[in-house]
Amino acid sequence: MADTLMTRDAMQTLAKRIIAMSAADETRVNITSSTSGNTRFAGGDITTSGDSDDTVIAITSTATGRRASCTTNLTDDASLKRAVDTAERLAKLSPQDPELVPELGPQRYQDVSASNADVSNLDAAARARAVEQLITAARAPGGAMPIDPSTLFVAGFLEASGSSRCVATSKGLFAYHASTDASLSCTARTPDGTGSGYASAGGRAWTAVDPAALGRRAAQKALASRNPVAIEPGRYTVILEPRAVADFIPGLMGSLNARSADEGRSAFSKKGGGTKLGEKIADERVTLLSDPLDPDLLGQPFDSDGLPLKRVVWIENGVLKNLAYSRFWAQKKGVEPTGGGGGGFGRNPAGLKMTGGTKSVDELIAGTARGVLVTHFFYIRSLDQRTVMLTGLTRDGTFLIENGKITKSIKNFRWNDSPLLSLARLADIGKAEPIEAGLVMPSLKINDFTFSSLSDAV
Amino acid sequence: MTSRRDFLKTTALGAVAVAGTAQVARAGTLLHKMSNDTGDPVANEIALTAIQAAKDAGASYSDARVGRYRRQFIAARERQVLGVSDSESFGIGVRALVNGAWGFAATRDVSRAGAVRAAQQAVQVARAARTVTRTPVVLAPTPAVTGSWSTPVQQDPIDIPIEDKVALLLAANEAALKIPGVRFANSGLALLREVKTLATTDGTLVTQTFVRVGPSFTVTAIGDGDFQSYTEELAPRGSGWEYITSLDMPGNAPKWAALAAEKLTARSVEVGRYDLILDPTNLWLTIHESVGHPTELDRARGYEANYAGTSFVAPPEKMIGKLKYGSRLMNIQADRTQANSLSRCAWDDEGVAAESWPLIKDGIFHDYQTVRDQAPAIASLNGVGHSHGCSFADSWDSVQFQRMPNVSLLPGEHDTTIDDIIADTVNGIVIKNRGSWSIDQQRYNFQFSGQVFYEVKKGKITGMLKDVAYQARTPDFWNSMDMIGGKRSYWLGGTFSDGKGEPGQSSSVSHGCVPARFRQVNIINTARSV
Repeated sequence: MADTLMTRDAMQTLAKRIIAMSAADETRVNITSSTSGNTRFAGGDITTSGDSDDTVIAITSTATGRRASCTTNLTDDASLKRAVDTAERLAKLSPQDPELVPELGPQRYQDVSASNADVSNLDAAARARAVEQLITAARAPGGAMPIDPSTLFVAGFLEASGSSRCVATSKGLFAYHASTDASLSCTARTPDGTGSGYASAGGRAWTAVDPAALGRRAAQKALASRNPVAIEPGRYTVILEPRAVADFIPGLMGSLNARSADEGRSAFSKKGGGTKLGEKIADERVTLLSDPLDPDLLGQPFDSDGLPLKRVVWIENGVLKNLAYSRFWAQKKGVEPTGGGGGGFGRNPAGLKMTGGTKSVDELIAGTARGVLVTHFFYIRSLDQRTVMLTGLTRDGTFLIENGKITKSIKNFRWNDSPLLSLARLADIGKAEPIEAGLVMPSLKINDFTFSSLSDAV
Repeated sequence: MTSRRDFLKTTALGAVAVAGTAQVARAGTLLHKMSNDTGDPVANEIALTAIQAAKDAGASYSDARVGRYRRQFIAARERQVLGVSDSESFGIGVRALVNGAWGFAATRDVSRAGAVRAAQQAVQVARAARTVTRTPVVLAPTPAVTGSWSTPVQQDPIDIPIEDKVALLLAANEAALKIPGVRFANSGLALLREVKTLATTDGTLVTQTFVRVGPSFTVTAIGDGDFQSYTEELAPRGSGWEYITSLDMPGNAPKWAALAAEKLTARSVEVGRYDLILDPTNLWLTIHESVGHPTELDRARGYEANYAGTSFVAPPEKMIGKLKYGSRLMNIQADRTQANSLSRCAWDDEGVAAESWPLIKDGIFHDYQTVRDQAPAIASLNGVGHSHGCSFADSWDSVQFQRMPNVSLLPGEHDTTIDDIIADTVNGIVIKNRGSWSIDQQRYNFQFSGQVFYEVKKGKITGMLKDVAYQARTPDFWNSMDMIGGKRSYWLGGTFSDGKGEPGQSSSVSHGCVPARFRQVNIINTARSV
């Protein structure tokens, strides 16, 4: 990944240049400069690898209560002027927006240091070396292996990216934030096609990633998951590893939109009107929050409007403490905006953290008489917004737990369940772990999780 | 990275380059017009410069794509416009093959210097990949081509005045809100024009302009402690504005809104096995997931193992001509030439000519979807030898790889309609439009929902149901298909956002189909109480 990100000064200069071109009542400029390098591998070979960079400028113009935006990646004066003119023309042609809130003036931001040179320096050669380490570790002989590990099919993806972003308004607001993001994931499959294992890691720094450890973990899961047996679908106690929790719990975020709840079309709407704010909706061990300053998250300290993002605790000790208020809806309801919006499966720019307990996954297993251990999930989709009911499948390492021990590899399941209802059926909570940049999740033990059918997929 | 200003300084040094400079400055202006038929000379020059630079740096093969993407989005809720946005993106992506390993680099610096730098970077990335890669890439041969192609449209959607677009959406919302119980209405338009120039060291130089339109419409009705939404299946198409007007969104909105209100009083489904009658507005997505993805050769070979998954249609030697995928009525065609379809093109992103070929014939698996570096692996099995032209990258800064062509269920021989199928069914459920969808990583177990569901008893529709989803195993499901519609009942659905690959890429693809009946499919109830 080449380090070609725009600096704060360069962004400020560019934003000023654009605002100076504008004749609108208000103008907002959002600039994202990005650089990214990735390496993809399968069957032990690197299949694709590439580097790219881009700078994207979004200009939002407001004129007589109307607003529109134009985005371009052309930064010569003529192209920028054309983009400014387009935004203004589109705004003038749009109907008046009754929900328009004025652009913000200067704000105070907390500085979040989220850039790491070890990610910026990860060029194609360094990425190839990391992939080699991972593959070598996955295929290394050791212990009593049931099959020759050198025959494992190993596939995965390494990405190192950096971005700098700014928001500037004609009313004097300027916000800037730079961050890096490194991630590596891999899947090992046994040559007979009956076993598959997955492992992943990521963070703002490359030090969050140990390629050899990931390779070993995926291989171990692949070997242990060979020849799965079918057990009856139904309701089971499950232990979700942190990666599976990270696939599942953020599915709640879209329902936290305050407006939808007030309008009676969310799981947090109350029958007869109003919302469930202040009500106990989950087990008391559940706390879910967004906080750009949290050292485990290092999120972006502002949203796309330039609104400073603070710590927002969505669920605290099982009680619904906050819903996501846009600036318009907050004004209408007389509350402080939270920024960041609800966002469906999308990520809050301030990050997302579910606090955990003290137990390791092994300790959760040891305390389980009968249950299912899940490595991660796949293809999660919404089934019913009224209950945040989702569907998805287990994948790459699903095991039966009996009397505190993993006893066998089992076939994958389709499940139909709700993160909201699951958090009310919590049996135990493990240690919280970093999953990827801006995301921290614990392992969870959940009672009566609904597996609705078997999947033949490995 | 060099800015455009630096480029102007650099290229002012030579007369030829000066001409190039003027043309590059003009290239931005061209974004606002339809691409001319002869290709853009500036894009041609930059792309050719890139592949020459890659060759000079040691690439045995290289291709370069200069892409200009113009996109417009308009969204409205109830009586207001949520957002109007217009975007353009311009850049070049260069792919290089060095000693059998791929490298890719992309930049928005579309100058000769930027192209050369990206090409050299791609070669460097390929050399790094070579240190790990043991199996050298082999490309299937393809003839060199030159030319240009554009999506045939009567009216370029980008050029339609914004007022007209806004008025259309607000009129549709207004009409919907007149229906009792309907409280919310959301509508939108996604309008795209993409101009792409491809040069390869095999001698290909082509420019294509793609126009695509995607309308959307959803209403929500609020009842006593309940809410129900209805999304009309407005298929995105590779068409012009004339397609949008043909949908008559304001005229049809009351009918669509009434369905949301009716869902509030629909009966919750009883779980069990039913004969399922899938309208084309629902079946297209089931084809996409359970036939389109598993017949991708890169998935079958494990290239997607870490993300989108592999395929049950593997290994190829045990599948081609052998796998009984479905009943004899099942004929599935891959096609990148179909009019108004989303993956239609003249050439793919490797310069391979668009074609149409069978994936499944009379229920038996026949062939895969391929690109140049995958086709040789099955040449001895399918007897084809060339790529089927499925290479696609979603942006100038994405590397091209195997993406789905239009994959469609061909009509049956008889002139059967969905009404005929209903009349022939004793205990069934009709499902229309796409609802929730999910399928496992080898494309066996799937679960799909819809927007509206009707109970069928003894050949007649007896009422509306809700909370319905169907679960099945792909080969069981397709082998249970015992009745399909004829030509008259064929309809082309599709999506703008088919995700695959790492980093994730999105592609547009259409699926044509006829209504069909599937026997004794497992139906679940998706409702729960809080």
